[in-house]
Amino acid sequence: MFPFIFEWVWDSGHYIFFGAMWYVICILTVGLTYCLVKTVKDTLAGDNDHH
Amino acid sequence: MDSAFIPKGVKRCSFGTFSLGMLVLTAIVFWGFYAAILCWLKGLNQTNMNDSYGFALWIWADLAVIAIGGGAFFTGLLRYVIGLDELKNIINFAVIVGFCCYCSAMLILAIDIGQPLRGWFIFWHANVHSMLTEVAFCLSLYLSVLAIEYIPILLENRKIDEVPFFHNLGHTMHGAMAVFAATGAFLSCFHQGSLGGVTGVLFGRPFGYREGIFVWPWTFFLYTWSAAACGPCFTMLTCKITEKISGKKLVKDNVYDLLGKISGWMIGTYMVAKIADTLYWAYVTSPSLGFAVMDYYNAHPLHHGIWILILEIVICGVLPAMILISRKGRANATLFTLATILAVIGVCLNRWVMVMTPMAMPVMTFDSWVSYFPSWQEVATTILPLAGGIMIVSLSFRYLPVFPQEQELNPVD
Repeated sequence: MFPFIFEWVWDSGHYIFFGAMWYVICILTVGLTYCLVKTVKDTLAGDNDHH
Repeated sequence: MDSAFIPKGVKRCSFGTFSLGMLVLTAIVFWGFYAAILCWLKGLNQTNMNDSYGFALWIWADLAVIAIGGGAFFTGLLRYVIGLDELKNIINFAVIVGFCCYCSAMLILAIDIGQPLRGWFIFWHANVHSMLTEVAFCLSLYLSVLAIEYIPILLENRKIDEVPFFHNLGHTMHGAMAVFAATGAFLSCFHQGSLGGVTGVLFGRPFGYREGIFVWPWTFFLYTWSAAACGPCFTMLTCKITEKISGKKLVKDNVYDLLGKISGWMIGTYMVAKIADTLYWAYVTSPSLGFAVMDYYNAHPLHHGIWILILEIVICGVLPAMILISRKGRANATLFTLATILAVIGVCLNRWVMVMTPMAMPVMTFDSWVSYFPSWQEVATTILPLAGGIMIVSLSFRYLPVFPQEQELNPVD
């Protein structure tokens, strides 16, 4: 999972598997962070009328 | 008693009736957990699995719920990425059903791996040459995606929505949903495919082995295609069941018609590919490995013969595809429901055949068929997520505005 774990090998299998996994984790983290930051901003600005 | 939590403008059954239903489901869940605890404490000797059936009831249930849970990713793809706006009226329900299916899959896996305390090894010490590693990665991440997709639905609860922060969070998450839906579709395509790939790469198991492209056997593509085709049928079927139980129309016919039509074409094209794959396997792949097709069916201990293949492909494949592709078939409510039932049975049957037979079929001259019947612990732990799923759907339907068209279709005086 991480390069410091003893089985880690710098080969295509590890690049593809873990590249895709960390890529997805990054997308989800960035997406959720964006939602939280925007929500805090909107709430502080008193913008609650979305419907 | 709980009327303050029920969405405005809709009617629900009394709290007493609802609690009674929940009580029955809770009892089943406790029974399932008791069996799961037995498996965790005493080990897999609580099951009737053996060397021939190392892939048994649990793995079939796992693959089946993942296939029928495919409605969430495919409907999400159609709604958020392709932009079919009508599907906004069923997408919430598709997400909830998908979430239940994937929670079920993870729960079954947590029992099946025997040593759940070492479950994290698959991430930490990953074997990057295994299709199942890819399945584990994608399954866990996709369950996270489904949880993220479920959050804004939860935040729409009448009481939660009154809090400005949650109200805004739900709205913002709805706005960003296309990103999550696209990620979910990417993950689903790979784990559905890899589940098919697991059987397809077993060259020592000629019933399951298939040729393919690069590292992907044909079963990789067939599994993804069948999940995208039959998953929406399960969503529509559960939606129809909810309508029947609640005694209300929840989704307009044009929504069913659109999703049914897409499903029909998906099942139809899947059937063309499946028939071509079966014929090539029967006449080329299998004979080249020393087995005639009827060897697989004639000696099977369940005595179903070739009929199981006819049931899967013709009755539960071609027939629902024809009904759903035809305008008249979709317009007839009974035929429509029948088609969704057949499609769901078809994909579950496909997973049963592809999981059980390749592993159990004797391939050595000294091998013979071994029988298998699941233990009560296996049955209970398989029913457990089903009861849990019904609980989640029931609670969501009661307390969340799952169906945007419900108020319009069922005006309350």
